[in-house]
Amino acid sequence: MSESTLRIVWIYPDLLSTYGDRGNMLILARRAALRGIPVETYSIRSDQAMPATADIYLIGGGEDGPQALAAQRLIADGGLHRAVAQGAAVLAVCAGYQLFGASFFAKGAQCAGLDLLDIRSDRGETRAVGEVRGDIDPRLGLPPLTGFENHGGRTHLGPGVAPLARVTAGIGNDGQTEGAWHGKILGTYAHGPALARNPAIADLLLRWAIGADSLAPLDDTWADRLRGERLAAAGAA
Amino acid sequence: MSVSGTLVAVTDGKLPLRAKVATSVSRTAAALSRAAGRGDGSVIGGWIGLKIDPDLLRNLAAGRAIALVSGTNGKTTTTRFAAAALGVLGPVATNSFGANMPTGHTSALAKAGATPFAVLEVDEHYLARVIEETHPRVVALLNLSRDQLDRAKEVAMMAQMWRTALAAHPDVHVVANADDPMVVWSAVNTGQVTWFSAGQRWTDDSWVCPECGSPINRAQGDWWCTGCPLRRPQAQWTVEDDGVLDPRGDWHLVKLQLPGHVNLGNAATALAVAAEFGVRPIEAVPRLASVASVAGRYAQVDRDGRNIRLLLAKNPASWLEAFDMAEVAPTLLSINARDPDGFDTSWLYDVDFSPLRGRPVLITGDRAYDLAVRLEVNEVPFRHVKTFDEAIRATPPGRLEVIANYTAFQDIRAELDRVN
Ligand SMILES: [Zn+2]
Repeated sequence: MSESTLRIVWIYPDLLSTYGDRGNMLILARRAALRGIPVETYSIRSDQAMPATADIYLIGGGEDGPQALAAQRLIADGGLHRAVAQGAAVLAVCAGYQLFGASFFAKGAQCAGLDLLDIRSDRGETRAVGEVRGDIDPRLGLPPLTGFENHGGRTHLGPGVAPLARVTAGIGNDGQTEGAWHGKILGTYAHGPALARNPAIADLLLRWAIGADSLAPLDDTWADRLRGERLAAAGAA
Repeated sequence: MSVSGTLVAVTDGKLPLRAKVATSVSRTAAALSRAAGRGDGSVIGGWIGLKIDPDLLRNLAAGRAIALVSGTNGKTTTTRFAAAALGVLGPVATNSFGANMPTGHTSALAKAGATPFAVLEVDEHYLARVIEETHPRVVALLNLSRDQLDRAKEVAMMAQMWRTALAAHPDVHVVANADDPMVVWSAVNTGQVTWFSAGQRWTDDSWVCPECGSPINRAQGDWWCTGCPLRRPQAQWTVEDDGVLDPRGDWHLVKLQLPGHVNLGNAATALAVAAEFGVRPIEAVPRLASVASVAGRYAQVDRDGRNIRLLLAKNPASWLEAFDMAEVAPTLLSINARDPDGFDTSWLYDVDFSPLRGRPVLITGDRAYDLAVRLEVNEVPFRHVKTFDEAIRATPPGRLEVIANYTAFQDIRAELDRVN
């Protein structure tokens, strides 16, 4: 792989890939390729070493057991921490979002997270299942967030992060805010997958990764129709 | 091993009074439901019957020799095949409309009256309860994979439920898929197992050993755990070319009306089930060939010069099978996300749609836009149509393959006048 190639890593698809999160990698790779950016994707299984030199890291949703195991292995491996320290961009979804925090709950016990986001997660009274919608932090300059959430956890944000969005439908972190961001790390509960429903977030990750202020626009006719339909559906629910 | 002669025939006269009343009410309700056009009556009758007599299923099952068929995919078709094969021995009760929960089983048995045999399709969540209530002779386990992400239990948890249920009933003979590690793990400790091999296209739910958590390795149809002794057992029934190899080493040509390699696997499973009741493959095979469609699935309908074939695909594993079955012809995909489908469409990204490249693809359904975005990423050109009629008009005369998920399939079936 050359220095001019954009490298995208999907973290532990063998443990965390329950909700179509592979889609986030496919969409990033395609949106890069359509702009002529050479791109390589890597699916790193939990029995492999985590490379520290990729540009974008993706981690997805999963069940309690695999979530706890993934956190242990990522802490022991250290590659992801080095990558983040070197400025890699990250999209962490659902169980993957929780494990980026200081701690999370899995299988009835508190587990240590990667401590890469100033968040901690515990159990909610009820499971949050359904359409989620929110107004994204204006500093990111993105249109509203849409996704499908399915989680039992509630996430509490510390002063070291900002909410990714203010919830206008659904639950997100706690019924008020959804997701978190700090530096080039984005966390969200949104499946759909997230980048299929929110191509602007995909482009933000690409801009962060290649250090560009803007990217050539793409024909997002179908994504826009999907967004319009889902944003309206969340409002009606 | 033929058992039909030793069976005590079930008759309504031997049912307890409460069960008799419940059976009669159940049949009446089912007939009324059909007459009122509220469905095929396969659930409502059982629901009312069980309200009157909670033991009705147990009572109706007593004295029959029963096979249960469960798994994520293929259970409706395999049930139909197994019922056809057991028909060699005598009348067989079966829930042929796919009503696969206890109310559906109750309705099916009540409606069939006294039959020496029954073959029942069982929703995988209900297998433990239905084993408990029907005391089956044989349980067939087909496969376990992700289905309805926002509601269903995870695959490993389902395998654990099966394992516990089977361990409690060592007298049940299990017919199980050697190619699916989750199925093997759920069945491997039970008393009597016949293994079949039908291949497994979908492997994304069994990368990790359910016994020890180590990675599972695969090569040339074989699989083994890298951390414990769990590995693929030797199969007694195997799909080979366009036929099935039986435990004696005899190969039987299996000519089916239903398409695809997956249905050959379902046929092999049905032959293995029937063999447990004493039916020889040579007797059963011609009966499998008589099955033309299953609750509308695989049905072919001629409309305006188009030969329309309906394929149901409910989850990632069955989408892959549908692409294998479909001819290279114009193909309509339809996706809904209503209650029976599951509300989350993320699974679309678990399916590789690239086999559709090179075919004219049309999309429709409540969630056509999700499909549109997915196909764009997958570089599959498509055209969006708003109705089924528009799809027909957009297609040249000849074959039109229709692949749809559950409620989308029912919608299209209704448009085609509830084809069977
Ligand atoms: Zn193992």
